[in-house]
Amino acid sequence: MPPVLLIAAAILAWQLIAMVSGLSSFILPSPLQVLQAGWRTRHLLGQAIVTTMVETILGLAIALVLGVALAAAMDMVGFLRRALYPILVASQTVQILAIAPLLIIWFGFGLLPKVIIVVLVTFFPLAVSTADGLASADPDQVALLNAMGAARRQVWRMVRLPAALPSFFSGLRIAVTYSVVGATIGEWVGGSAGLGLYMLRSKNALATDQVFVAIVITTALSIGLFALVYLIERALLPWYYTTQRVEQWEETGIY
Amino acid sequence: MIDEGRERRAQVTPPKLELRRVSKTFQANGMTVQALEDISFRVSSGEFVTLIGPSGSGKSTLFNLIVGLLEPDQGEIWLDGEHCLQRTGRVGYMPQRDLLLPWRTVLDNAAIPLELRGVPRHAARTRARAMLPLFGLEAFAEVYPATLSGGMRQRAALLRTILTDRDVLLLDEPFGALDALTRQELQDWLLRLWGRLQQTVLFITHDVEEALYLADHVIVLSARPGRVVKTLTVSLPRPRRRGMIASPEFGRQMAELLQALGVEV
Repeated sequence: MPPVLLIAAAILAWQLIAMVSGLSSFILPSPLQVLQAGWRTRHLLGQAIVTTMVETILGLAIALVLGVALAAAMDMVGFLRRALYPILVASQTVQILAIAPLLIIWFGFGLLPKVIIVVLVTFFPLAVSTADGLASADPDQVALLNAMGAARRQVWRMVRLPAALPSFFSGLRIAVTYSVVGATIGEWVGGSAGLGLYMLRSKNALATDQVFVAIVITTALSIGLFALVYLIERALLPWYYTTQRVEQWEETGIY
Repeated sequence: MIDEGRERRAQVTPPKLELRRVSKTFQANGMTVQALEDISFRVSSGEFVTLIGPSGSGKSTLFNLIVGLLEPDQGEIWLDGEHCLQRTGRVGYMPQRDLLLPWRTVLDNAAIPLELRGVPRHAARTRARAMLPLFGLEAFAEVYPATLSGGMRQRAALLRTILTDRDVLLLDEPFGALDALTRQELQDWLLRLWGRLQQTVLFITHDVEEALYLADHVIVLSARPGRVVKTLTVSLPRPRRRGMIASPEFGRQMAELLQALGVEV
């Protein structure tokens, strides 16, 4: 609740400043004007949202498969982990804005380069968090199952995978918030559709209110995905969200 | 009378568990640490044996050897009169920490050993559920371990151990982390349970009173490297009762154990 109140107050303050300061709407459109601009361009927006979301979801799905597979491989082969982990971390220092034009040059203006960008930005948090999660399994619990004569596959199913899930979901939450931004950057750099293109065209037309519309919508989509992941997590990990833990988090303001 | 019957059986059948001159050394940071040296003892079928020793006497290492998580450097481990090299899954093992899986309810934790043996999930749960009342856990079947008290967690872990259906149970300081009252309560409860299930129990503790109160025999280990310094046959009759702790005989045997442990009496 407190964050919602704070945001409401901020929007109200923005509206007041826009009205009182006498700045032209080209510099600072008021929230109401942004709303109107969104409604005016709703047909364009609808298509743009669909395009961007298709890229986002496709990219996320591919990154999910690749990230989890790589994490599992790193977990099973110690050499792979030592070789790949530092490279994965270092790869994150490469600017996505620098790579995006290259991808456009190589793969054109269609869907593919955007999906690749989404994969690139979401793959890292997924792979690293899943690998950390798999490594976090309690060795004593694994030893106990071994002592009971468990097969390797049973140890994975009963201990390793469930132990990895909380960390995996933290990675997924980060990944989904990056994903929409990733797709939008791809469209901005070289797209024929999507929210990024909408933003670029609005900027070029000096339609500042529409730029704000794009900002609001990309943010809303990211928050929506985040909330969706959170709900799935709550449903899948009832043991992790015990009442005490949630209360503790609420106190510290994590949620 | 029960004890006599047990002893007679012990003579005709081989010991349930036998260690012959077992030694184990660890290498850590370039240092060699001898954990166990020349350990030999036998446990007959249906006996309750406690192992006591100062910390660092290799008690848990000994269990890891018997369970099959480690191999001895020297010596042999025999189960049911057979020199046993592939031991994992042969004995029921309850480690010091309860190690309940936080993502499984009490019932599903207890059912793990059954599931590992390929019992279908539903059948495994049904069997585990039937045991819950005996462990005072019937109201907690669908509860996650995080919300249980220490005593309940230990009972759930013991139920899981019993459902391995092995007739040798290794219990590694199961009551070590509990408060004194809960510990006494669980000791008596464990003895009643053992009376019903007739399993062979090897029980690690660092509490002399507990070692004596529970056991048929007490094995005393020395500090590192762990060696058997004394084996004591407890003279108290069964069933045990709390009041026996105050008896002179109990005090005499306790003094004997303390002396073996190197404590001034």
